[in-house]
Amino acid sequence: MIAPPGVALKRTALNAVHRAAGARMVDFCGWDMPVEYSGITREHLAVRTAAGIFDVSHMGEITVRGPQALALLQYVTSNDVSRLQDYQAQYSALMLPNGAAIDDCVVHRFSSEHYLLCVNAANTDQDFAWIVQNNSFGADVHNVSALYAQLALQGPRAVEILEKVSEPDPADLQYYRFRPARCCGVEGILARTGYTGEDGFEFYFAPDQSARVWNTLLEAGRAEGLIPAGLGARNTLRLEAGFALYGHELDERTTLLEANLGWIAKPAKGNFLGRDVLLLQREQGVPKRLIGFVMTDRAIARDGYPVWVEGKGVGKVTSGSPAPFLRKNIGLAYVPPSCAEVGREIQIEIRGKLAPARIVALPFYKRRNWDKAT
Amino acid sequence: MYPPEFLYTKDHEWIQVDESIGTIGITDYAQKELGDVVFVELPKPGDHVTASESFGNVESVKSVSEIFSPVTGEVIAVNSKLQNNPELLNTDPHGEGWLVRVRLADRAEIDKLMTADEYEAYIQQEKAH
Repeated sequence: MIAPPGVALKRTALNAVHRAAGARMVDFCGWDMPVEYSGITREHLAVRTAAGIFDVSHMGEITVRGPQALALLQYVTSNDVSRLQDYQAQYSALMLPNGAAIDDCVVHRFSSEHYLLCVNAANTDQDFAWIVQNNSFGADVHNVSALYAQLALQGPRAVEILEKVSEPDPADLQYYRFRPARCCGVEGILARTGYTGEDGFEFYFAPDQSARVWNTLLEAGRAEGLIPAGLGARNTLRLEAGFALYGHELDERTTLLEANLGWIAKPAKGNFLGRDVLLLQREQGVPKRLIGFVMTDRAIARDGYPVWVEGKGVGKVTSGSPAPFLRKNIGLAYVPPSCAEVGREIQIEIRGKLAPARIVALPFYKRRNWDKAT
Repeated sequence: MYPPEFLYTKDHEWIQVDESIGTIGITDYAQKELGDVVFVELPKPGDHVTASESFGNVESVKSVSEIFSPVTGEVIAVNSKLQNNPELLNTDPHGEGWLVRVRLADRAEIDKLMTADEYEAYIQQEKAH
C-alpha cells in the first residue's frame, strides 16, 4: 500500500537508526518502515535459528477501560474476553455485522476493567472509530498508539538474550501472558507474543526510549546471533507459520470461518457483531475456504495470482512467496470448499502459464518444543 | 561501481557490446532493489528479443520483476549457472551474474542507451524520489 502523493510518511522513533544501519526503507501503509537490513533470507533464518529484532512501533494500541469495558469488548470482538485472566492476552478479531473482521488484534487484560488492544497500523484509526461507534455501553476508549513504541524480539534464543537485560526474569513468562517489566533500563509491558511462529517477546514502552532499548538489545544478543529484521522477513516468517495478514487473508468481505479462524469465534459467549452470520455459516457451510499450498515445480506464486482446479479458475492467491527456512515456494489462497482438501493437485496461473501446486495442511512450519515453551 | 564500458537502460539493465555481440545483465542498483534473488527465468538460445520488451523475469524473496532487453536480436547464449546459483545476481551483477548474450540486429539501437555517468546521474534522481 502506498500513501497518496503529498502525504508525509509517518515515522517510528527509530527511523534514523534504521537508516543509519543501511536498511532499505519502504512505504508500508503510510509508514516509512525498514523492509530489510542485511537481506530477507538471512534475517528470516536468524529468527528461525537464533534471534531477530523488529521495530513494530507502527502497530496501533487502543485502551478500553471502566466497568463496561468487558461488555463492549465482548460485543465488538469475536473471541471470549471473559476467559482472560489478569495479564493474559488473546488473539481475536474486531468484527463487522457481516461476519468479517475490520481487523485482527491481540486483546491484553490488565484487570477486569482495563484492556489494551494491539491492532494493525493501517487500520488503527478506523478500528478506534468503529469501537467508539459501537460503544453504547459507556466504556472509556482511547487511541493510545502515540504513547507506545513496540519492539519484537523473536527466535529460539530470544529468552536467553532478554534474560541479560530484563527483570523480572522473562523465562517464566508463559505464552500469551504479559506483565510490567524493566527492559534495558526502561519500564514497559513485556508480552510473550509474536508473529513469526517462534518463541519470542513483544515489548511496549515510551517511544523516546526506543534507541536505548533497540541498541541495548542488539548488543546483548550479539553473541547469540541477534540481528535486526525488517518487514520483509516478518512477512515470510508469518506466512511459513500460516498466520493471516489483514489486507491479504482477511478483509471486510471474508468471514472468520472462511479464513480458518473459527477458533477465535465464540458464539457461546453471547451476542457479538457478526455472530448470526458465523452461526449460519457453521450450519450451512462457507462459499470459500483458505488453503495452504506448495508449488511442485520451481515457479513462485504471488499475491493475486489465479488458482485453477481441473481447468477452471476457482480462486486467488492471497499471499505467495519463497519460504526461506522451508526452502519451498508456498502460498495461501481461497478456493471453494469442494476443492479444498489436503493433497489435491491445483494449478497457479503465473504470467499466463499454469504451474503445478499441491494443497497441504497448515501451518507450513511449526517450531519444535512448541508445547514445552507454552 | 558502474563499468564505463557498459551501456545502461532506464529499467536498470546493462549491456556490454563487442562488435555485434551484446552481453546483458541487471545493474547493481537493480539487484539491491530486488533483494535476495531466488529464481531467474530466461529465454533459450535461438529465441528473439526486442528492444524495450520483456524477455524474462527475476524472482526475489520479496517480488518478481520483468527484465527488459536493451536491444533487438537473437539469443546466442544463456548463463546456465543462474539455474542453480541465482544469488550470483546479488553477489556479482556486473560479472558472473550476466543473463544472456545476443547477436544484435541493429547496432544503432545502442546509441539510445545511457553511459555509466548518465546512468549514475539517473539513479541519483530515482533515489531522490
